[in-house]
Amino acid sequence: MNTLFEYILKPVMTFVAKPHILLPASSVALILTLKYYRTVTKPKIAAAIGLVLAGLLVVSCFDPNFKKNILKPDNVPIVLLLFGLLFFLWLSLRRAAINDEAAERGEPPLEARMKRETVLVWPDLVMIELICLVLVSAVLVFWAIFIRAPLEEPASAALTPNPSKAPWYFLGLQEMLVYFDPWYAGVLLPTLIIVGLMAIPYVDTNPKGSGYYTLSERRFAITVYLFGFIIFWVVLITIGTFLRGANWNFFGPYDKWDPHFQQPLKNINISEIFWVKMLKQGMPKEWYVREAPGLLMAGAFMLLGPLILAKTVLKDLFKKLDIVRFSVVAVLMLFMISMPIKMLGRWLINLKYVIYIPEYFINI
Amino acid sequence: MATTVPPTPPQKKPGLLAKVRDTQVWKSIFRHGYPDTQRNRALAVLSNVFLHLHPVRVRKSGIALSFTWCMGGVTFFLFLVEAVTGILLMFYYRPVAYSAYNDIQELRETIPLGLMRELHRWGAHAMVLTVWLHMFRVFMTGSYKPPREFNWVVGVVLLLLTLLLSFTGYLLPWDQLAIWAITVGSNMARATPLLGHEGPGASLLTLDGNHLVTAGSDVRFALLGGRFVGENALLRFYVLHCVFIPVIAVMLMAVHFWRVRKDGGISGPL
Repeated sequence: MNTLFEYILKPVMTFVAKPHILLPASSVALILTLKYYRTVTKPKIAAAIGLVLAGLLVVSCFDPNFKKNILKPDNVPIVLLLFGLLFFLWLSLRRAAINDEAAERGEPPLEARMKRETVLVWPDLVMIELICLVLVSAVLVFWAIFIRAPLEEPASAALTPNPSKAPWYFLGLQEMLVYFDPWYAGVLLPTLIIVGLMAIPYVDTNPKGSGYYTLSERRFAITVYLFGFIIFWVVLITIGTFLRGANWNFFGPYDKWDPHFQQPLKNINISEIFWVKMLKQGMPKEWYVREAPGLLMAGAFMLLGPLILAKTVLKDLFKKLDIVRFSVVAVLMLFMISMPIKMLGRWLINLKYVIYIPEYFINI
Repeated sequence: MATTVPPTPPQKKPGLLAKVRDTQVWKSIFRHGYPDTQRNRALAVLSNVFLHLHPVRVRKSGIALSFTWCMGGVTFFLFLVEAVTGILLMFYYRPVAYSAYNDIQELRETIPLGLMRELHRWGAHAMVLTVWLHMFRVFMTGSYKPPREFNWVVGVVLLLLTLLLSFTGYLLPWDQLAIWAITVGSNMARATPLLGHEGPGASLLTLDGNHLVTAGSDVRFALLGGRFVGENALLRFYVLHCVFIPVIAVMLMAVHFWRVRKDGGISGPL
C-alpha cells in the first residue's frame, strides 16, 4: 500500500500537477464533461468521480508536506471551493441534462412545470431562509472553533517572506505574473474580467435558456463562461496556492518548498529569436525596428483575430450579432485566448516577451 | 338517589402567550394575528420592513433549493455576520502600527468572545465563495437575460466590492502575512498604464523634463498614502474596510434586492 502511494500515486500526481499538464488536462476534462454531460452527471457516475477525488485528497494527506499545505488555515476555503464548485457544477449540469432531454421530447423544463404554482413567502420561503441561516451559522461557528485565524510574526518591512503571496482569491492573477508583466496580468486582465462580466447580458442576445438550467440551448455562452471561471480563475488559484513555493517556483503537491531550489532562466524574447537566432545578426538599436516582429504579430492577432474568429469558431455568432456586439465579444475573447497562447509559448519555446519595450515599460 | 350531574367542562383559560398577544403593547407592534391564515400570512410579510424585501407570494420553482442554492441569501447573511462581528472587533482594535498587532493578539488570547475574529475571517472567506457560487448559479440559469441585465451589472460591482472588502481587511492584523500580501497586491497598481510609475506610458508624461508620475505621486501612492505599506496604508485600509466600501456595498445591495423584485422576482421560464 505504501509502495503504491510512494511509487505510483506520488509521481503521477506530481506530473499531473505541473502547470503545463494541469491546465491542458483540466481544459480537456471540462470539454469532455460538457460534451458528455448527460452521461457524466448521472448520479452514480458523478458520485464515483467525487469519491475518487475525495479519496485522492484523503490518501494524499498521509504525506506531511501535502497535509501541511492543505490545512494551512487560509487554504481551507480553496479546498471547500474546489469541492463546492464540483458539486454545483454537477447540480447545474444534471438539471440541464434533465431539462434538455425533456425539451427533446417536446416537454417544458422542470422549472416551467411548477410555474403556475405560487406559494406564500410566510411560511414557505421564510422557513427555507431560516434553515439556511441556522446551518450557515453552525458551520461558521464550528469552523471558527476548530481552525484559528492565522497570526504570524509582527509586520516587518525588512523581512520579506519567501514566497510572498497575495490573498488566495487573487492568486490566479499572481500566477499570471509568471507569463505576463504586472500591467497586463495585474491591471489590464482584471479590468477586462470586470468589464467582460458586465458586458455578458448585452452581448448574449440568445433569448433561450432564461430562468432554467439548460446546456444545449446555450452551449457557446456556458462553455466560454466555464472556461473563464473554472480554468482561468479556479485552476490558476489552485496552482498559485498549492503548487507555487519559494521564489514562485513550481513544487509538486508532495514536495517541500526548498528556498534554495533555483530554476535556470533561459526565457527568450521574440525579438531575440528573430534577429539573433534566425537572422544571425545583432539587435537593431531603435526599439521600433527591434520589436517590429513582435509588434506585427500582436497587431495581426488583434486585427486579423476577429476576422478569423468570424469565419471559424464564432461563425454563427457573427451572423446573429450586430457589428458592435460582435467586436466586443471578439476582442474580449482574443484577450482571453492571449493567456493560453502566452503559456504555450513559454512551455514550448521558452518565450519571455512577444513585445519588449523596457523604454516605456511596455512588455507583453 | 343522587342524580348525576354532568361535570361542567373546565373553562379554558387563555394561555400566557394569548394574554400577551392581547396587550396593547403587543398589538401596537404586530398589526396582525397569528400567521395561520392566508390574510395574516400576507400581512406578516407586508407589515414587516425586513420581510417586506420579499413579495407576498413567490413562484414555487423559484424558491426551490436545487434552483437557487440559496447562495445570494447566504451571501447577504454572511455580510450581516461580518457587520456584527466587525463592529465588535472595532471595540478592541486600533488601526495604528504600534498597537494593531498587539490588539489582535489580545483578541486572540485574553478577550472574552475573541472568537469574533475567527468568525469574521472565516465569514469573509465564505462570503467570497458564496458570492462566486451565486454568480455561477445566476449564469447557469440564464437569469441575467432581459429584463435583468442591469441587475447583473450591479451584481458584478458587488462581487468586486466583496473582494475589495476582503482585501482591505487582510492588512488589518498587521502581521507578516498581512503586509506582504497587500504589498504583492498593491504592487500591481505601480504598473497601471499612465497612472503608475512603472506603468506603460508613464515615462512619457513629463513637464520641463521632470516626470509627473513618480513613486511619490502615482496611483499606488494614493492608495497606500506612502511609497510602501506602512502606517498610512493601515489607516487608509481601515477606513476603506470599515466605512467607505461597506457604505457603497449597502447602497448597491439595496438596489440589487429592489431590482430583483422590480424585474419580475426570482427568475423562471417565460
